[in-house]
Amino acid sequence: MGQGILLSQGADVDFMIHGVFSYHLFGQELWITTTHICLLIVLLVIVGFCIAANRVMRHASEVPDGFQNVVELIVEKLDGMVEGVMGRNAAAFANYIGTIFIFILLSNISGLFGLRPPTADYGVTFPLGVMTFAIIHFNKFKHQKVSGVIKGLCEPWVFWAPINIIGDLAVPVSLSLRLFANVLSGTVMMALVYALLSRIAIIWPAALHVYFDLFSGAIQTYVFCMLTMTYVNDAIEG
Amino acid sequence: MEFNTNFILGCSAIGAGLAVIAGIGPGVGQGIAAGHAAAAVGRNPGAKSDITSTMLLGQAVAETTGLYGLLIAMLLLFVKPLMP
Repeated sequence: MGQGILLSQGADVDFMIHGVFSYHLFGQELWITTTHICLLIVLLVIVGFCIAANRVMRHASEVPDGFQNVVELIVEKLDGMVEGVMGRNAAAFANYIGTIFIFILLSNISGLFGLRPPTADYGVTFPLGVMTFAIIHFNKFKHQKVSGVIKGLCEPWVFWAPINIIGDLAVPVSLSLRLFANVLSGTVMMALVYALLSRIAIIWPAALHVYFDLFSGAIQTYVFCMLTMTYVNDAIEG
Repeated sequence: MEFNTNFILGCSAIGAGLAVIAGIGPGVGQGIAAGHAAAAVGRNPGAKSDITSTMLLGQAVAETTGLYGLLIAMLLLFVKPLMP
């Protein structure tokens, strides 16, 4: 009775998170899983890129060339995206949005390089949703004050407050589930193709990779950042 | 009445199949969005890139309900919450 019993017995369908080794902390058994390792690889790639970018920008020339061009293009595009949505509030959030954009994008497309995408683990996407939630409500209390927040909760009518609270709490859940389920569905599809059609899966799965890893991953990254920016902007503008 | 585990597994599989019927809704919604986007590009070809990005954003948000169905199916198949 393996995990794959309902899919196909015999064929090796594998898209689960695996434990690598376990350790004990405060009497709990905790696991280092494949998610942690893929996350570490993604982070090392980002840190390596950042060190290289920092080294290039320290000797930046007036007329950019080569790698400096790439770095400037990335920063310019990310800043432009934040500017386009948040307008005058963009300066305070461009760094945060740029960071999570690069992180989620690299996590999503890491499936191309044979890793299990870290974002296909709810333990990675839920903290991202919670961070968005915290930023939304910090800015709400900062810019609208407590009276404004209470007034916003009782928006059409006083008795709507519970429904508004549920709506607020649903934001991080739906944000993180959307990202998680999209990446997970891509991972499952690719695992099914490679396991069940392994004899004829020769070159054409590359097209599926382009859709499930590159296209879907980029779209979901954009959607996550876009929704975060819209929610935060709403919280600031009131 | 006594149920054995195979019966529960079979019912879970049927439930998972029913859960992914949720995919109908987002399919219709995304189709409508794409159709209207095509009409908009026909009317105003200059705004093609704006229309495309707006359409993709809306479609990605509309996709969420279908993905919830997928999640329920995955939970039924792999986490097996109904197993005693």
